[in-house]
Parts: sequence; C-alpha cells; structure tokens
Amino acid sequence: MFYREAGDFKTSYKADSQTFPIKFDRYRYYAVLFVAFALIPLVINDYWVNAIFMPFLIYSIAAIGLNILVGYCGQVSLGTGGFMAVGAYAVYKLMTAFPEVNIFFHVILAGGITAFVGVLFGLPSLRIKGFYLAVATLAAQFFLVWLFNRVPWFYNYSASGQISAPERTVFGIEVTGANTDAWATYLFCLVFTFVCALIARNLTRGAQGRKWMAIRDMDIAAEIIGVDPLKAKLSAFAVSSFFVGISGALFFAVYLGAVEVGEVFGINKSFLVLFMVIIGGLGSIFGSFAGAAFLVLLPVFLKNALVGGLGWPTDLAAHLEFMIVGALIIVFLIAEPHGLAQLWRVAKEKLRLWPFPH
Amino acid sequence: MKLKLISAAVAAMIAAAPAMAELTFTALSYRTGPYAANGIPFADGYQDYFTLLNERDGGIGGERVNLVECETGYNTEKGVECYESTKGTGALVYQPLSTGITYQLIPKATADGIPVHSMGYGRTSAKNGEVFRNIFNYPANYWDGASVAIKHLLDVNGGSLDGKKIALVYHNSAYGKEPIRTLEELSKKHGYELMLLPVDHPGQEQKSQWLQIRRERPDHVLMWGWGVMNQVAIQEAVNIRYPMENFIGIWWSGSENDVLPAGDGANGYKALTFHNTGSDFPLFDDIQKYVVGAGKAAGAGDQIGTALYNRGLYAAMLAAEAAKTAQGIHNTGPLTPAQMRDGMENLEITEEKMTALGLPGFGPSFKVSCQNHGGDGLTAVVQWDAGAKQWNKITDFIAPDAEILSPLVEADAAAYAAEAGITPGCN
Repeated sequence: MFYREAGDFKTSYKADSQTFPIKFDRYRYYAVLFVAFALIPLVINDYWVNAIFMPFLIYSIAAIGLNILVGYCGQVSLGTGGFMAVGAYAVYKLMTAFPEVNIFFHVILAGGITAFVGVLFGLPSLRIKGFYLAVATLAAQFFLVWLFNRVPWFYNYSASGQISAPERTVFGIEVTGANTDAWATYLFCLVFTFVCALIARNLTRGAQGRKWMAIRDMDIAAEIIGVDPLKAKLSAFAVSSFFVGISGALFFAVYLGAVEVGEVFGINKSFLVLFMVIIGGLGSIFGSFAGAAFLVLLPVFLKNALVGGLGWPTDLAAHLEFMIVGALIIVFLIAEPHGLAQLWRVAKEKLRLWPFPH
Repeated sequence: MKLKLISAAVAAMIAAAPAMAELTFTALSYRTGPYAANGIPFADGYQDYFTLLNERDGGIGGERVNLVECETGYNTEKGVECYESTKGTGALVYQPLSTGITYQLIPKATADGIPVHSMGYGRTSAKNGEVFRNIFNYPANYWDGASVAIKHLLDVNGGSLDGKKIALVYHNSAYGKEPIRTLEELSKKHGYELMLLPVDHPGQEQKSQWLQIRRERPDHVLMWGWGVMNQVAIQEAVNIRYPMENFIGIWWSGSENDVLPAGDGANGYKALTFHNTGSDFPLFDDIQKYVVGAGKAAGAGDQIGTALYNRGLYAAMLAAEAAKTAQGIHNTGPLTPAQMRDGMENLEITEEKMTALGLPGFGPSFKVSCQNHGGDGLTAVVQWDAGAKQWNKITDFIAPDAEILSPLVEADAAAYAAEAGITPGCN
C-alpha cells in the first residue's frame, strides 16, 4: 500500500538509479539517519555507547570491508584480524609521532596504510583461489600478529607490549582517551560508518563493483569480456583493507583505548567478522550491518536477559549464550542461506504486495 | 529494532535494580573460556568471603554487601561491557583479574573516580600512587615477584649467580612481558645470563621452547604463565626430566590445577605467593559453618583451600578491610567510590588484624600510602608436595630488591604521567 513504485515518477536517469528508488524506503532511510545523528546523541550514555553502539558501528565497517572482498569479489579472506591490527598500530604510531595532526586524518591514513598492506597480501590471489587463498590470508593473520608482538618499535618500546591511545580531540572535543563523552565517541564512529557505507554502496553499484562481481561469478568469463583480473582483485583487496583498517583504528583508539595484539586481533576476530558477513548476507551492504548487529547485540541481550532479568549464575548464562547464538546461526543459515539481507529482501517483496497478495 | 527495544528495557531494569543502601562490590570473574579453570576458584573465594561477612556479621560495619558478578571470559571487550554495565550501580572497587582488562580500566576508572585493585597483576608502576591515584596493586607486583625469585635463587646458589643461565618461559602478552625489564636489570647486577622463551596464547604448544631448554640446559627456569600454559609447561618439564626444584613459577603459575596433571613428576616444583596456602586457619571453620553449611557456597563449593581460592579470599579480605578503614575515616556506613579510595590508600594490614580475622600469618603485614600503592612486595616461595598434594611454604615472606625496582617504577610511572598528561601529586 505504502511501499510501492506506482505513482513515484522519475524524470531523470539520476533519480531513476538512486539507491532507494521507492519513496517509502527513502524516507525510512532519512528517518534512520535523523535518529542516528540527531536523536541518539542526546540520550546516549556510557553503557549504551561502549557496550552496544560503538562495537556495532565499528564491526559494521569491518564487515562492509570484508563483504567487498568476500561478498562482491569472491576472494575468501581470513586475515581480517591481522588487517585490523595494522589499522590499530598504524593509528597508534601516527598519533604518537604527529600529535598535532587531527585524529580524523590519522584514522584515514591508517586505512591507507592498511590498504597498502592488504594489496601486498592480496598478490597471491592472482595465482590461487578459494580455500588455498583462505590459507594464504590466514598466513597474513598470523604473520601480522606475530610482527606486532615481536618488533618493539610498533609499540614504542613499552614494557608490556600494550599500546594505549593518548587523548586526542576533534574540534576541541575529546574522542580518544579516558575523559570522553559518550555522544562524542558515538558521533565520531557514526560519521566514519556512514561515510564508509556510502562509499561502499556507490562503489559496488558502479563500474568497479560490476567488475568485482564479474570476477566473483566467473573469472575467466570476466577476463574475456575485458575485466583486468589484476586490477579488479587488487583493488578489491585495497578497498576492503582500507575499510578494515579504519575499523581497526577506531576499535583501538576510540573503543578500547588499550590493546594487546594477540588477544584483541587474534584469529577469533577474523572469524567473527567473516561470520557477520555470512550471516548478514554476502554481497550486501545492509547485510553487513545486520550481521554486525546480530553478533554484537545478541550476546549482550542474552547476558542481560539471563543474568539481569532471570538472575541466573553468570557461568551458566555464558555457556547458554554460546549455545543459543550457535543454534540461531545454524537455524538462520538453514532457513535462509543468503543471510539476513535476503530475509529483508523477501520482506520488501511481500510489502510491495501487501495488503493484497495474489 | 525490536531487539534493541527489548534490550533497552532489560538494561534499564538492571540499572534500576540494586538498592543504594548496600556496599556494592563487583567481581569481574571468568567462569568460562580458556582460563576458567583458574578463574573459578578465585571467583569462589572472593564470593564466599563476602557471603561469610553477610551471614556472620551482617555485612561490613552494619552495611550488607551486595556482590555483583559479571562474566568476562578473560575477554577485553566483555570486560569493558562489564565495567560499563556495573559502574552505574555504585561499585566501590574493581578487581579485573586480567592484565589486559586492567590496562583498559586504568584510564577509564581514573576518569570515573572508581578505585581498581589489581592484586598481584596489572601495571606494575601503579605502585606509584602519586601518578596512579585510583589504581592499587598491593601487596605485591610482578617486579617484586621477579626480584624475590632471583633472591631465592641467590640463596639456593650460595649467594652468587655469576655465570648461571636463567630461562624465562612467559605468556607472550602484556602479562608475561612484565618481568623482562626487571630480570634484565637484575642480570646486570648479579651477572647471570637471561634466556627469553615466549609462549603464545593459549600455550598448549610448547614443544620447541622445552626442546631449547633441553639443549641449552639453563640452571634455572622461571615461568610467567596462566591457564593451560602452566600445566603444559610443567608436563613438558617433567618429560625432559628437568629438575623440578630449579623451576619456579610466578604466583599465577602456582595452583593445584597446574601441578596435579603432571602427577608425581611435579614433586618439588616451586612457586611464589603473597599469601599462605591451605585451609588450616580459624576463618575456614566459619566458612564451613556459615557459608558451606548454609548451602550458600559459590560455584560447586569444591575449591575451598586451594591456592587460587585463598587468593580470591585474600582479595576480598583486603577489600573488606579497606572498606572498614574508609568507614572509620569518613565516619559513615554507606560508602562512595571516592571514600573507598581513601580507605584503600590508608589501609594497614598488621599481624594482629589478621589474627583477629581468623587468618593469622595469612599474608605479609604492609601499609599503603599515597606514595606507595603497592605495599612492600613481600613474597614467599612455596613448594609442591605431590605425595601429600599440597603446597608447603619453604621460606618466610622475602622483601624484594628495592634498589633495583624503585628507579624502574619511577621511570615507568613518569612515562605514563607524561603520556597521559597527569601531574603527579597527592592532592
């Protein structure tokens, strides 16, 4: 009834090929942006930002990055944790070496450095595919973590090998360090998430994204129709690592504040982000958000419900949490192998016909 | 969206639940995950002591204790979530039981004005209370431990370590790297050769490290391990027939969980400790009567008297004593975190106090002050008796080498102060 193309006349190609061609969808998108940018910062507190919103936003960026590589370009990567570590250590070195430069640029530069490292580790993808490439990126994961643990220069020779973020400001408002306000860190991450999602969306529906998808669907056919696999694959690695690097930088500088590479950026992180992408939906920006939300919010929700609501012992709740999350992942993947994004697509199709289905 | 709404309701419910008239203590425990075997006894001891105070004395100074437990799984992100979700409940002190989480909480808790007690772990230079106003690490820290281990080795070797080779097997993390700087300084003083052998998390694979030890035959091996790493290391040492009395673990490598799997082979293994072992203290009778007898024991109730249970109990005892001190200073029953901080800073543990509590000789006597948040670092050595399945204390509480440690603590604290923009001072 509300959700339909009928009556929404487009008079230009630009209007016709916009991201949200349906009016209802468009307004819904604006409403989400309005709530996220204007309303949430007014009511947010430390718990909500540190336990829920910040991990959600930062994991969303990482999931978008990995989705470009895995979902759009078809190159399986298990190196996400390692690339996040590159972003984190890059931003740490930049923050401590150039304290006068704004943290905003440091985060972007950290993304750039990660993109470079990502391209280096993407080179094997020109020769190897599928599971074998996954193993090669797994090597990147272990190598990078080992490197940051082994070479003291990366952690400025601190006794413990930990890196901790010094205080940095944007427009005079602190966004890293201990004395931050909830709304400031939230908005800082939100801006990055919004811009990254916007860039990713527009890249993936343009010529570049079509090249990636052509490589994904059949690389030989893509080569025959004129897609250069070298450029396509390496650009996917670069763009993906750029986003992953930004998420790693924010994860360290804004969210955790102090990081130990082996514990925070280990292989578990790579799998977590990969699961977000798979559960959310391969090849979908919305899916990246949905997957991140699912895996960040569900454990927190279960913990609050079981321990806080029902008053169960914490260890029982923690074990049940693993079982419930695991079971739900299996249920979701059996019911909808294409992830939460596909459920959303199906829901939209149904909404088009509502309330008069055939 | 619906999920968020539900969790909003649940979160709001939690925030509103605790009554403010009680003394709220938090336990960031880990009863799950790779380090659960060590996290459970500590959490049980911590919980049982407060249960005992509630059951026997009606709390501390007439105020009942409300213990909020939050499961971290030794995971930093979950630790942050726990901190944020519990700090609004009026939590008086945090004991994260993880060096990684402690590093997270140092700036956060300082900004929020809540004290952190990292007992025998965390950042060593937090001993300098002028820089780390809200962080306490009494009664001993890793550098004290390293120094006491070397002192014990000096005793064993007739006062000289010249030309000896000492290996450090350590968890390759912030925790395991802590003693390296001290051991390097001490090697300059005593002339031993230090050999570093990192073990990556979680430490199940140590073949290459122990092969190296077998080849190079160090005179002594020190270990900074945690969780499964300890068991594997001790088993590997048994396998290569390394003389157990030359193998010393830090206090986190000295629990029953670590030595029992190696059976008789582990006989003679040494570990450091800053509190006594066993359940041969009058307080444990009260625990049997008021906690176990009343069916209120934490967890499965099977950990009483183990090394880590005693450590959890000791941590709770120190927290309760600090709360009593704070109640005395401010002449009030209910406490705020700031008052609790004052109590911790003026804490004095004496032999008479411990005897009155039913824990005679349980730990060293020490006094906390604004300049010294770390106590005197007195540490003892215990040795495992595989036949009797118990730890025997073989030395008194030994004082560390302050001459080496003080400059290191000062330097590291000064570096932190400069990095974080803190002006050191007691006001």
